[in-house]
Amino acid sequence: MRLKLLGAGRLGSLAGLGRGGAGALALPGCLLYTRAGAAPHLTHDALREVRGVPGVAHIALPALAEIHDVLEEYKEGAAKFMGMPDAVLYCSLHDPVTPCPSGYNTNKTVSLWGSSGRMEMTASKFIDIQRAIQPDWFQCISDGDTISGEAGRKRAKKSVDRSLSFLDICLQLQEKSPELQGSVMFGAIEGGDILEERLRSARETAKRPVGGFLLDGFQGSAMAKETKLKLIASVTAELPEDKPRIIHGVGKPDEVLECIERGVDIFESFFPFEVTERGCALVFSYDCHPAPEATVLPQNGIQDLEKNGAQEDQEEVSKADPEMTPFEISLKDKKYHDDFGPLLEGCSCYCCQRHTRAYVHHLLVTNELLAGVLLMMHNFQHYFGFFSAVRDALRDSKLDQLKELIFRQAVQGPASTALRQ
Amino acid sequence: MAAPAAGPPPVLRIVAECGRSRARAGELRLPHGTVPCPVFMPVGTRGTAKGLTAAQLAALGCRICLGNTFHLGTRPGPELVRRSGGLHGFMDWPHNLLTDSGGFQMVSLLELSEVSEEGVLFRPPHGGEPVLLSPERAMEIQNALGADIVMQLDDVVSSTTTGPRLEEAMLRSVRWLDRCLAAHARPRQQRLFAIVQGGTEPELRLRCLRAMAQRDVPGFAIGGLSGGEAKARFWRAVKLSTEHLPRDKPRYLMGVGYATDLVVCVALGCDMFDCVFPTRTARFGSALVPWGSLQLKSQKFAKDFRPIDADCDCPACQRYSRAYLHALLRCNTAALHLLTMHNVAYQMKLMGSIRDSILRQRFPEFVRDFMATMYGGRGGPPAWAREALESVGITLDRGEPPLSPGEPP
Repeated sequence: MRLKLLGAGRLGSLAGLGRGGAGALALPGCLLYTRAGAAPHLTHDALREVRGVPGVAHIALPALAEIHDVLEEYKEGAAKFMGMPDAVLYCSLHDPVTPCPSGYNTNKTVSLWGSSGRMEMTASKFIDIQRAIQPDWFQCISDGDTISGEAGRKRAKKSVDRSLSFLDICLQLQEKSPELQGSVMFGAIEGGDILEERLRSARETAKRPVGGFLLDGFQGSAMAKETKLKLIASVTAELPEDKPRIIHGVGKPDEVLECIERGVDIFESFFPFEVTERGCALVFSYDCHPAPEATVLPQNGIQDLEKNGAQEDQEEVSKADPEMTPFEISLKDKKYHDDFGPLLEGCSCYCCQRHTRAYVHHLLVTNELLAGVLLMMHNFQHYFGFFSAVRDALRDSKLDQLKELIFRQAVQGPASTALRQ
Repeated sequence: MAAPAAGPPPVLRIVAECGRSRARAGELRLPHGTVPCPVFMPVGTRGTAKGLTAAQLAALGCRICLGNTFHLGTRPGPELVRRSGGLHGFMDWPHNLLTDSGGFQMVSLLELSEVSEEGVLFRPPHGGEPVLLSPERAMEIQNALGADIVMQLDDVVSSTTTGPRLEEAMLRSVRWLDRCLAAHARPRQQRLFAIVQGGTEPELRLRCLRAMAQRDVPGFAIGGLSGGEAKARFWRAVKLSTEHLPRDKPRYLMGVGYATDLVVCVALGCDMFDCVFPTRTARFGSALVPWGSLQLKSQKFAKDFRPIDADCDCPACQRYSRAYLHALLRCNTAALHLLTMHNVAYQMKLMGSIRDSILRQRFPEFVRDFMATMYGGRGGPPAWAREALESVGITLDRGEPPLSPGEPP
């Protein structure tokens, strides 16, 4: 694996990935979120219709741990088992979408949650499973149970101590495992919300021969935003430039930008999946250079304004699902019943090229499976397009404009972009 | 009967007929393209072939599928579908569509419906005003949906009904056919098919056949069957129907989709079929194969690294093993879609093989091979299938006697 930086921030790329060394990932970038190795709702050929699919696929350990015996008998690794022999696979410890109840980790074990419940894992068992998986990248087993908001200094210290101990054990075990010689271990940086512990974790982890770093324990909403950003910046400052930094649990576009500014390279793409699951479509703009003829108000803005007025919109819509963000529209809303526009004007995804909001609304209202398929295709393509826009902005020194556009929408929702035209 | 005015050309073009049985192979000529027949039509009730995109369904070889008038007429309503460019535009489906009139919902949603000469009064399951589905309204909705083939509204009773209600329903269906013909506003673009009723009572079915065959319709459906009646009565009713329907018009046997039933009913002279079974069973984790089906949720497939069917070239079989699909079924709907793709591919392949064998005058051999693969070692095909095939000149090998319970094969 080779990391190459091109100068503007951490604009760059990872190359030489995967078995054949042909895989690559543009940075900053995101991973392809999968559930048991397939993009959610999407068959392989449906995924092929999505543009900009990242070169590294993300799978969570629990689904694979549950079929450990199957993988052991299969012998040829999880990627091949899952029908993606040429994929570059990153295996994280937890699934970003499955809640992890607090209080189950010990000095010697970490608990994971899968469809059949809780699995308790030692470092040794963890490496056993990884040997059957044969991932290209994997997160070292770590104790990240500091996000419930009740963790204090002592708990934060424990998370660092335990994770370093796990790391050292796993590095030793990896050395002795022929199946894992080609796999890159990512060291997890823990420490809760205590600056001292975070720095200690970063420095100590950086001393070990890991291939990359994972900023863990920033999931959820318990940590104050200022604290979170400060810690992320402090952590990455301690890390070597030439190794990639992944963060877990961050997905919203404004938060992604904040982390990129603070030295993070790689993100998950569970966010478009969550948007899909609540029947919503991402419609936020990331186009800093709208075409000159777009003095006409964009379709999204004017339709929403005409119907209820922007303010009412936001209220009505947030009643629909408390998790909804300002970056999306809720297709279940009655007002889309006869909206014959695409999910997002100008989007070139499979759904927007062929179908209307009215059709997707109908599918959602009648509980048809195709709703998830079409929304996932759109939401993934839009999200991957956002990361591409971030890289363009870095290259063209336009990050400030992109930030302004995204942060404005974070407050006012997508309709606001129309008002400015 | 007056000579028909120059209307659309006949739907069915027969290319070959089996020398022994009543099987025919041909083409349906429809506004959205030619469809080889015998044909199986997947069901996309609410304007979606379940988890498959229109592109995926077309890529599997499907050239005609179904939508449902009752369901689409309720949500999102015919007006909205019409404004979307009809059901074709709404679904982005470039090939042919057939809409059922809603008659079957009378049986399936029986508690919520009331029949009179006027039509069927439905109380929608999700609340709201009762809705009257009359022959005229059924045609109005179907005209708005714009399918290539539309069905008359028929008075449908359960296939196990006997007594005066069966006769009443049959006679009313004939009267409703006439009302549908009169109300049909787009005969050039949309072909209206009649639906023969009469249950499994030969006398009633015959009267219905004779009456409906006099009407100038481009095709006939054989209705009122495939609902739980005894198979021995079922096949006889199908055979009686094909006997008395015009040779040169398509025969659409509604609600039939199990592989064995398809093979037998092609032998009996049917051209078109529809059924929710293949797509529905996929969503329950079941994959169709030439020797039966695989319940992939079962633990026994957890370490089975073979594809569903090594001879299948569908996307699921090309890339994935039974073991992986078993694991994927637990947490990703993509597994359901893969199985749906496989089952549709299976049905398409089956019909393709049937058609091919008829064209090559090898249909009886095909039937024997099919039955041997499906039932070999398990005592042979069911008696009703054997009898039905024999009645049209296809004999199956006697094979081994049926096993007694507990005896391993």
